[in-house]
Order: sequence, then C-alpha cells, then structure tokens
Amino acid sequence: MNAWQRFRSHLAYHAVQLGVLALLAGAVLAGFNHMTAVEIAKRQNEDLNNSIGQVVPASMHDNDMVHDVITVPNGHGGRIKVYRARMGQKVTAVAYKFVAHGYAPSPITLIMGVDPNGHILGVRVLSLSETPGLGDKIQAKKTHWIFAFNGKSLHNPGAKGWHVKKDGGDFDQFTGATITPRGVVKGVYAALQFFAAHRPLLIHGQTPASANLMHPMQGGE
Amino acid sequence: MSQYQQIMKDGLWNNNVVFAQMLALCPTMAVTSTATNGLGMGLATTVVLALSNLIISLLRNVISNEVRIPAFVLLIASLVTLMDMSMDAWLHQLYQVLGLFIALIVVNCAILGRAEAFASKNKPLASLFDGITMGLGFTLALTIIGGVREVIGSGTLFAQASQLLGPAFKGIELTVIPDYRGFLIMVLPPGGFLALGFLLALKRQVDQAQARRAEQRKKATISSIAPEPVGAEQTA
Repeated sequence: MNAWQRFRSHLAYHAVQLGVLALLAGAVLAGFNHMTAVEIAKRQNEDLNNSIGQVVPASMHDNDMVHDVITVPNGHGGRIKVYRARMGQKVTAVAYKFVAHGYAPSPITLIMGVDPNGHILGVRVLSLSETPGLGDKIQAKKTHWIFAFNGKSLHNPGAKGWHVKKDGGDFDQFTGATITPRGVVKGVYAALQFFAAHRPLLIHGQTPASANLMHPMQGGE
Repeated sequence: MSQYQQIMKDGLWNNNVVFAQMLALCPTMAVTSTATNGLGMGLATTVVLALSNLIISLLRNVISNEVRIPAFVLLIASLVTLMDMSMDAWLHQLYQVLGLFIALIVVNCAILGRAEAFASKNKPLASLFDGITMGLGFTLALTIIGGVREVIGSGTLFAQASQLLGPAFKGIELTVIPDYRGFLIMVLPPGGFLALGFLLALKRQVDQAQARRAEQRKKATISSIAPEPVGAEQTA
C-alpha cells in the first residue's frame, strides 16, 4: 500500500473529496449562470413581447410596451402588471395577464389587450393544463373560439350575455367541454371589470417619464 | 466482436434503457405524446449521459468507493443544471415544451445507473461511447413511442419539429393521416402505457425469433461435424 492509497482510505479523504467536488461544481454553476443570465432575460422579454404582440397590434403603438409598466393591486392581495401601448404620449391600449379557472386544478393563464374605451382587442392563452383535445380548444392555434371576445366589452353583450350558451349567455361551449369555456368567459369578464375599476389610472395615470423611473425597481422580475 | 461494437449493440438494443432495462419510465411516459418531444428529451438526456459518463470515468480513481454515490449525484445534478440553463438561453422553444422535464433528468435512474455500472469501472473513451450509445438507445425508444402515439393519437408525425429543433427539421414534419379526428387516449398518459406495452411485446418477439434462428444455426453446424468459431463466440 503506497502513500496515495493510504491517504485514500483515510476518513478525512472522503470529506475533503466531496467538499472539493462541491466547491468546483458550485464555481462552474455560478460562472455559467453569469454567462447565460443576460441571454435568459432576453428570451423572457421576447416571450413577453410576443404575448403582448398577439393582443395589441403593433400598428397601435410606437413605444416599447414591455418597459412601460404600471403595477396595480388587483383587490385580492395580488398585483397585476399592466403594459401600456402609447402613440406619442397618449395611451392607445393596455395589456395584462390574468387567470381563469377551468377543469384542471392549475389555473389557465391568459393575456388580454383592451383599448381605452374598454373594448377587447384580443385574448390569448399563455399556459394551460386543460384536457388535450377537449379543453385546449381555447387556444388560438387549435380553434377560432378565443376570437369571439374581440370587440366585446362590459356592456356588449352585457352582464347576462357574459356566459356560455348553455348557461343562457352569448359564448359557445365545446362538445364535451363546457367547464373550460365557462371558466374563461368568467375570467375575461372579471378582467374587464378590473379595467373598468382602474381605467383612470391605467389610461391617464402616469407620464412616460415616471413610468420609466419605475422600471429599474422592477428589473429583478 | 470488439468492445465498442458490443457497447453499441447493448446500448441500442440488447440493454436498451427503456425496452430492456425498463429504467427511466417516468420521463418516457411524460414527454412521449409526440415524436418531436421524445426526440428532444432523448437528445438532451444523451448529452447529459455522455458527459456524466466521461467525467465520472475520468474521476474514477479520485472518487473513493465509500462516497461514490453522493459524488455521482453531485456531478450529474450540476451537469443537468448546466443543461437547463443553456437550453433556456439558446434553445428556448424546446425549453418551453420540455422545461419541467429537463430538471428531472437528474432523477433519471439510467444516468446514475450507467455511472455506477459502467463509467466507474471503464476507461474514459469507452465510457463516453457507452454514454452516447445508451443515450441514443433512449432517444430511439422515446422517438418510437412518441411516433406511435402521435400517429395514432393525432395523425401527424414530428409535428412542429422545425419550430422546436430548428428549420433544418422542416422536412420530417409529416401529416400521416389527413383530416384525422384524433384518438385522444393515445395522447393522454394511458396511451404511453399502451404504446410501451405493445412495443415491448414486439421487441420480445423479435428477440425470440433471433434466438430460435441462432439455435437452428448452431444445430446445423454441429450436425455438419466441423464446429465453426461463430457458435463459440455467440455463447461467450
């Protein structure tokens, strides 16, 4: 047994060995995290930009909506980030994410664009775990169902119309899947109510200068 | 048969992670709703498996026997985290589909299994090769299961492959059955078990047929008095 083998069989060797390995692994991970952080943040911004672009047409604004953010309490202890579209100084539309509760235990995440008069510009699903082939037809890539919200507002079709047809409302359900469309209709209606409640703040609230000042504080998100 | 040929045969067929070792069934069931997802997950796992085999083989004389398992787990977890970050940064589309499952490559027992059974006892080059072929065998299994489920479940094959893996994969996107209404159960989790079950039965059939043929050949050589070295090699 030479010196190396004797050292290897010593108890301390195990601890030192695991410690050194952990240190090395930690150093590599920290370095790599630093390398990719900028790229990953860029990708997330692109994702957000894409989502917003689906519900607010590019022709409606000349600003960078991702960075024109106002955070509003949603009344249930949470906060909603509202992205604003501007033409010059004037707010021409807002977009924000909201959730709806369908058939699956985890909620459906959606994004909605609304013009200053409270008319829906578009609604899209961002993530869902509804049943494939049934509830997932609310996605724009599967069916045109979600486009039925375009142009609608709180008063068109009115409180009675904001249900699926099975419940006496204006919106279609799917054969074999009523719960998902029902949940989405309810979620969109609540999101419109949120807009109505905060309209003055969202449309006239802050100048772009102060909105830009807000941005660095949210940089971490 | 050389060592490398044997490793390749084991990885792709004889000792295939899914179809023979029956390991890593959790990711297998979870991501194989389409062939594209299966392929993506398989390739990601192959990279981790090859690198973990290589590194563990290089360190096999440093890592002591008593603490090898925590050391392997530490190395594999680090590699998977690197993989996770680089896919998020550079293969974002694929990451959005497989995101959750990438982190779960850590608990893919096939990786620790190869580290323990092969890499800790063999030279780096052979271990790297074993990692790659085992990974490709896993990829093959996932892609086949995904393909079967996708064709029967939604009538397409490799749908959205170009979106996930790059424009070069546009050519493999196929609509196998046009205007297909879909067969939902194959896309849902039970379809994974059904597809795997039938494919396993098929592999057993092929293996048995091969064994019978080898048996007959052996008998034929024995009856022709002069035994050839072929038979000896096969029993070895």
